[in-house]
Amino acid sequence: MSEVSMSVNGRTARGVVEGRTMLVDFLREGLGLTGTHVGCDTTQCGACVVHVNGLPMKSCTMLALQCEGADVTTIEGLAANGAPLHPMQAAFREHHALQCGYCTSGMVMMAVDIARRIGEPDEATIREELKGNICRCTGYHHIVEAIAAGAKAMALPQT
Amino acid sequence: MLLAGGQTLLRDMKHGRHSPTSLVDITGVVPRQIERRGDAMSIGAGVTHTEVASSATLRRHLPVLADLVGHIGDPAVRNRGTLGGALAANEPAGDYPAACLALGAAIHTTGRTIAASEFFVGDRRTALESGEIVIGATFPITERAGYVKFLNPAARYAMVGVFAAVTGEGRPRVAVTGARTNGAFRWWEVESALATAFTPRGLNDARLSLEGLIEDLFADAAYRAHLAGVLARRAVALAAGPAPGVMVLSHGSRSRTEVVHA
Repeated sequence: MSEVSMSVNGRTARGVVEGRTMLVDFLREGLGLTGTHVGCDTTQCGACVVHVNGLPMKSCTMLALQCEGADVTTIEGLAANGAPLHPMQAAFREHHALQCGYCTSGMVMMAVDIARRIGEPDEATIREELKGNICRCTGYHHIVEAIAAGAKAMALPQT
Repeated sequence: MLLAGGQTLLRDMKHGRHSPTSLVDITGVVPRQIERRGDAMSIGAGVTHTEVASSATLRRHLPVLADLVGHIGDPAVRNRGTLGGALAANEPAGDYPAACLALGAAIHTTGRTIAASEFFVGDRRTALESGEIVIGATFPITERAGYVKFLNPAARYAMVGVFAAVTGEGRPRVAVTGARTNGAFRWWEVESALATAFTPRGLNDARLSLEGLIEDLFADAAYRAHLAGVLARRAVALAAGPAPGVMVLSHGSRSRTEVVHA
């Protein structure tokens, strides 16, 4: 067992983990942040995407110990409890971009990164960038619409 | 075992393919530079796929490699996966091994320099010895290079990919990935057919022999043998044409000439 310390959603998080503990298990079981999901556990589905030092990564395929000192943001960190939703979360709700919701936190975390990197991507670009996020119930139509709308909202000057 | 970005090794450990008693994360100590060295591009083993795909200097001198790497996995995987990890993993459908073989790359380790043609030696196996670490690779610069891959419809890795290139000494090289259980390989028959003229016209009968081909629920051996020939013609046409680079095809690709740039 080893000690690990990182910043999660702006707060210092410490824990004692096994060497083999994946980041997603530390977040869910160690910190109780169950918004990040495990779908396939084989690095394909993207339900576990979180941001590590500002970049989206699959938290089922990195060790908690590799995040020592890192700055991690999960879906819970996008908007404070009770505060208005992040523009991308709001766009997913507005455009009915979820059915069961299992993939949604990973989708939103990837979508926020897409918007930050590309600005306002076209449909083909959104679909290409979403290659690593799989939804097994809605199909992607509304998700793609939501990301376009969310990216547009993120590009507006913040009031 | 040594751990780089972990996008292959950690997944394989979950599948029980590896059960190391200890893991050493080497990402903090391997080189991370991308720079031009004479007629080649040098990339450090610790450089992530995202960094390779977005490197301005690589996009200027060897854009086909930046484009190829920009289509490995997905954005989240590219933020973790590294050159050194991809080479050491030598996955049978890996994109980097095809690029290394077709461009005639040299792979640098803690002990020596190994030609790509001697580095990849079988299914997920390399010439690396115990404790030997990949520290980088150099890729000869060329404008005549094309990589065409046809995606697995579910997981989106190369069901077959073909990389065709002509480097400095004028010799064509053609490498295939995703087709054989033993991993990427040079397609000697196609290279011979291209020796007189680097054009797809002489490749109308190109077809892999069925021996050793991957068979799965997506494609049997005959399908892959045929697909490799189609992709070889397209890769050579792409490399010899006005806009060399990378073409990604899948079921439902609308156009015969659909070219995707990262």
